[in-house]
Amino acid sequence: MSTLLEIDRLSTHFNTEEGRIKAVDQVSLRIKPGETVCIVGESGCGKSVTAMSIMGLLQSGPGVEIGGRIQFGDTELISLDKHHLRAIRGHEIAMIFQEPMSSLNPVLTIGEQLIEPMVLHLKLNKKEARKRAVELIEQVGISRPEQILKSYPHELSGGMLQRIMIAIAISCQPKLLIADEPTTALDVTIQAQILDMLRQIKAESDMSILLITHDLGVVAEMADYVVVMYAGKVVEEGEVTALFESPKHPYTQGLLRSKPVLGQRQDELFSIPGQVPNLLDLRPSCYFQDRCAHCMDICRTQEPALKSVGGGQKAACWLYEEEKRHG
Amino acid sequence: MSSIPGNLSQPGQAAVPSAAPKKPSLWRQSLRRLLRNKLAVSGFIVVVFMFLACFLGPLFSPYTDNKIQMSLMNKPPSWQHWLGTDKLGRDVLTRVLQAGRISLTVGLASMVLSVFLGTLLGAIAGYYRGVVDQIIMRIADLLLTIPGLPLLFISGALLSEWKVPTDYRMYIVMLMLSLVNWPGLARMIRGQMLSLREREFMQAAVVLGLRDRRKLVHHLLPNLVPLIIVMATLNIGGAILSESVLSFFGLGVMPPTPTWGNMIDAANNMIDFQSHPWLWIPPGLSIFATVIAINLFGDGLRDVLDPKMNR
Repeated sequence: MSTLLEIDRLSTHFNTEEGRIKAVDQVSLRIKPGETVCIVGESGCGKSVTAMSIMGLLQSGPGVEIGGRIQFGDTELISLDKHHLRAIRGHEIAMIFQEPMSSLNPVLTIGEQLIEPMVLHLKLNKKEARKRAVELIEQVGISRPEQILKSYPHELSGGMLQRIMIAIAISCQPKLLIADEPTTALDVTIQAQILDMLRQIKAESDMSILLITHDLGVVAEMADYVVVMYAGKVVEEGEVTALFESPKHPYTQGLLRSKPVLGQRQDELFSIPGQVPNLLDLRPSCYFQDRCAHCMDICRTQEPALKSVGGGQKAACWLYEEEKRHG
Repeated sequence: MSSIPGNLSQPGQAAVPSAAPKKPSLWRQSLRRLLRNKLAVSGFIVVVFMFLACFLGPLFSPYTDNKIQMSLMNKPPSWQHWLGTDKLGRDVLTRVLQAGRISLTVGLASMVLSVFLGTLLGAIAGYYRGVVDQIIMRIADLLLTIPGLPLLFISGALLSEWKVPTDYRMYIVMLMLSLVNWPGLARMIRGQMLSLREREFMQAAVVLGLRDRRKLVHHLLPNLVPLIIVMATLNIGGAILSESVLSFFGLGVMPPTPTWGNMIDAANNMIDFQSHPWLWIPPGLSIFATVIAINLFGDGLRDVLDPKMNR
C-alpha cells in the first residue's frame, strides 16, 4: 500500500549548555493515506518534538540538529526551502495544538482566522471563503455560524475553540492532520465529542491523522496503528488491536496496566515505578532498564533494536531477542 | 444553511451559550471604564476645548495676529483686548490661539511621525531579530544615549546658523522632535513583539503557512494597538513641551510665527516679566493645561487599555 508520510530515522537533538539532549532519536514511522497513527508516551518522551519536526517548526541551527528524512508524498520536508514549506503547511499538512485557548489570535475574529488560510491556499475570494467558513463551522458541530464568525476567541469556550481549530485545520482539505494532544485541555465529555468529530471528518475524506496523546483511551478509540515512544525512541509499534491484546514491551504493558478500568475498583492503581531518565546522560542501554521488572544484564549495557516480534508488532526489547536465542 | 434561522427563532435550543448575542465589544467595555475615570475625562475635555479654541477661535476674533498697531502697545487686559496687547500692539488672546494651532500641530505631527517610525522599526527589530534587530536597536541606543534636549538645542542652533527660512522651520522642528522620540517607542514595541511572536497563536499562524509580512501586519500589529494608542497620546504632551522649550530659547519655531514657547519668551525680559504679566501667563497656562490634560487622559487610557503596564 502506498505511503503518505514516511519518517526515516528522524533525530532531533538540542544542544544546550549542559549537553546534548536527544529529544527524538532514530525514530521511523509511516502513515498510509486514510490511516490514523497514534504516538503514545508520557511527558517528555519526544512526541511533540516529532510533530514539530514534521511541520518544520524547529529550524536547524546551532541549538537544534535535525537528522534523517521525512518524506511526504514526493517531497522531502527536512531539506525543503521556506517557500515550498509554506505552501505545504496549512494546505497539505495541517496541525492542531493542545491549548485551543491560546492557539487563536485574541484580537482577530474567528471569521478572519478561518477565512485566511482558504484565501491563501485555495485562492478563494473573501466571499467564497466566507461561505465555506459557514459550512465548516456547521460541519464541526457549532450552530449559529454567522454569529460565531463575528465573535472573538475569548467569547467561546475551550471545546468550541478546539472545534474552530479543527475547522481551520481541515479548511484546505489537508492530506495529513497532525493533532498534538488535541483533547488534553478539554474536559472528558467534550473530549469524546471532539474525537467523534475527528473520526467522522476522517471518514468523509481520505485524510490521515497523526494523533499524539498520552491517553490510552484516546488511542483505543481512534488509532489504526500505534507507536509507543519512550525517552525519544520508539519502543514498540503495531496494529491497535494486536498491541492492546498482547503488548510486548514491558513499558507498553505497564502503560496498559496503569489505566483504570471502569467498574473495577482497585485498591491501588498500578503505576510504573521510577521516572523517565534524564535525556542528558543516556548511556548505551535500554532506557527503560531501571524501571523494568524484567531487567537483565544485557539491558544495562546494550541498546535493543526495534525488531519484529510477530503479529505485525515490533518491539525494542532484549526479552524477545533472548527468547529467540534460546528457542 | 436553513437551520440557522430556525435556531435563532428558538433561543431555548441555542447551543452557543458563551457567545451571548449582546455582549459589549472590547472597545465599548474599555470606553465605559474610561468614562468612569474622572481625571481622564476632564483631561479629555480640556484637550478638546483647547483644540476647538485654537482651531476655531481665531476665526471669530476681530483682530489679525500680525497687524502691528503702535498706538496699542502693551495695553493691559480690557474689554476690547481680553488678554491685553503685546509690544507691537497685537491682541494677545488671538495670538495665544494662533500659537496653539502651531504648537498643537507640531505636537500632533511629530507624534504621528515618531509613532510611525517607532512602530515600524520596533516591530521589524522584534520580529526578525538577528542582524536587523542589532542595527536598528544600536541606532536607537545611540540616539537614547545623547540627552534629547541638548541634541535639539544643537540642531536648532545649526538651523539658525544655516539661515533656514522661518516658514520651513516649523516642519524641521517636527522632524527633529520625532527623530529624538522614536527610539523609546521602538524599544517598547520591540519588547512587546519579542514576547508576542513566541505566543502559541503565532505558532499556529506559522503552521497555516502564512507569509512573514502577513503575520507581522495582520496578526501581530493588532495586538499592539492598545499600546500604540497609549504611547501616542502620552507622546503628544511631550512633543508640545519640547517644542515650547525649543521655541522659548529661540531655537524652535521663530517669530513672527507665534507658538506658546516663543510667546513665553517675553518672560525673559525683566520689564515684561514684572509689569506685563499678560504677555507670558496666558501661553504658559496654555502649555501647562494642555500637557497636564493630555497626560491625564493618556494615563487613563493606559489604565484601561494596557493593564499590564500598571506600576
